[in-house]
Amino acid sequence: MSVVKSDELLKIEKLILYFKTTKGVVQAVDGVDFELGTNRAVVILGESGCGKTSLSKALLRILPRNVEEYSGKVTLQGTDVMTLTDEEYRQNVRWVGISLVPQAAMNALNPVIKVGEQVAEPAMLHLGLNKVEALGLVHKMFQHVGVPADFVERYPFELSGGMRQRVAIAMALVTSPNLIVLDEPTSALDLLTQANIMNVLKRIKRELGTSFILITHDIATSSELADEVAIMYAGQIVETGDAKDFFPAPLHPYSQMLMASVPRLRSESDPIFITGQPPSLMNPPSGCRFAARCPFRFEKCNQEPPVFQKGNRKVKCWLHQ
Amino acid sequence: MMTEIQEAKKMSTKIKEKHEVLLSIRDLHVWYELRRFGFGLAGHVKAVDGVSFELEAGETVAVVGESGCGKSTLMKTILGINIPTAGELIFEGKNLAKLTSNELQKYRFEIGYVQQDPYAALPPFMSIQQILEEPLLISGVKDKDERLERIHKIMSEVKLHPVDDFIHKFPHMLSGGQQQRVVIARAMILEPNLIVADEPVSMLDASVRVEILKLLRALQEKHKLTVIYITHDLSTVKYFSARIFVMYAGNLVEKSETRRLLENPLHPYTMALLAATSDPDAANAETFKDIPPGEPPSLVNPPKGCRFHPRCAKMIQGVCDEKEPIEFEPEPNHFVACWLYQP
Repeated sequence: MSVVKSDELLKIEKLILYFKTTKGVVQAVDGVDFELGTNRAVVILGESGCGKTSLSKALLRILPRNVEEYSGKVTLQGTDVMTLTDEEYRQNVRWVGISLVPQAAMNALNPVIKVGEQVAEPAMLHLGLNKVEALGLVHKMFQHVGVPADFVERYPFELSGGMRQRVAIAMALVTSPNLIVLDEPTSALDLLTQANIMNVLKRIKRELGTSFILITHDIATSSELADEVAIMYAGQIVETGDAKDFFPAPLHPYSQMLMASVPRLRSESDPIFITGQPPSLMNPPSGCRFAARCPFRFEKCNQEPPVFQKGNRKVKCWLHQ
Repeated sequence: MMTEIQEAKKMSTKIKEKHEVLLSIRDLHVWYELRRFGFGLAGHVKAVDGVSFELEAGETVAVVGESGCGKSTLMKTILGINIPTAGELIFEGKNLAKLTSNELQKYRFEIGYVQQDPYAALPPFMSIQQILEEPLLISGVKDKDERLERIHKIMSEVKLHPVDDFIHKFPHMLSGGQQQRVVIARAMILEPNLIVADEPVSMLDASVRVEILKLLRALQEKHKLTVIYITHDLSTVKYFSARIFVMYAGNLVEKSETRRLLENPLHPYTMALLAATSDPDAANAETFKDIPPGEPPSLVNPPKGCRFHPRCAKMIQGVCDEKEPIEFEPEPNHFVACWLYQP
């Protein structure tokens, strides 16, 4: 982790995002901690409903109206962004510091505006460029993501899914943020297009030095970009570590089972499945949240495990005490 | 030219005549008409263009391809929803084109369909019991007790335990995996011989995916079902299917046993698909993938010759861009439509 400590980009401590519903409080993000260095990519993996997307919303402060609690400390390049007012946050952090490629971004483009103008808009608003300058920047970004320059004049319906996804990535890049949050960037795409988009992201990481938070449930594809892995379960991060350490030997029982559930093309191993379902985030169990599905549980699992440090990896499980 | 193709196809079908053939498709074309301003023919979308294969009873086969390659059209034609433009589709000795509408309805009872998105496939206003009862009512099972008995039996087969807890629930009360079990139960309730599963696990979580695939596999073995598994995910194929067909732009470009295809892919497109499929490994982040440039062609006006040639690194000038490839058999029971393998 020495790389992370030396030039830290983002540090999240005890981030909490609870939603109020008619049935009770949903603890979607419940005390998430992690750190990310410059030009690093962390992958947040987890099943659906574990709070991955809520975490991205909490980071970008794109909150719905029914927020019950939103707290914690998010330090981006030395500033605690949680203390900023909404207006300060909008001006100084969103797009400029962190930008987001939301889930199904390719379907979120405005159908009646040319894609070039859509991509130029954040640059005009946040960098104070005029339209000609912004469009020049768009051309440069389109080169980075591999969209032909004349596509600037096209409408979203004239582009294929893969091209629209590239446009959405170009839009996130245009303000040259240090950090881009990608929420399931490849899940609606075809196999070859997926591989292409991962190539694009890798190239951006090398050429522009951008950091990424990649939120996905596709473990195999995520390994294409990951420097670090964070496993999320029921609103909490249960394991973090370097990808090189994590993929061969995950520590937390949930991570181990999740990895074992991946069908592999190049090995004969028989994939397993995890019995049971993740707990409701409305009323999560008091001890370890995975205990009910865990084959290794013992008495101690009734208490909530703290995070244990193992070398440069962290795991929230009593087995690694 | 045409006769050459037919000859090659006859050769390929001859090999398997010993076993009982359940479904036989010969030179199937399904074209959609394109109309300009609502009238006046503007061309055809050649969604399925010359597909031939045979399925034996009890066989599992995967059709692999990207979206827009004609997988769904092929599937819908097998389900009796689309009408073939040309070619034959023979199921248990009956030619689909010659059936009357009554017979066509009966034909549909013999085929089960597992949809891709279980939540979209289940009517939200019907309970699980109503959903499973509907096919029985339509197919004319008049006795209520028999219907209930069959519903109970199929629900325990797809492991919706305990049945009485689930039977009165509505789809939104179930998890994704449970919903997919209901979809499978509905496909199975009329005891079909053939199941068409259209990406049955692509909408599910990784942890549940394997569970559903194993369930389908167990049902297939128990009932000796013939299953056509449509997918774009090559990594799940070997757990499920004995044979694999690779589809590109309306044609089947490679047909083989699954193991052999994964170990020794022949068609450049199959190679690209395999290269694009990653296994979780930190080393992946170090390298770039070698992906063919461009996108699948328009099916209205597909490229001349081999439809993959504009993206193919091994393209032979003057051959691949001129003549449509015929099917070769470089090794036994491994067919590939590619000029590279011309003997």
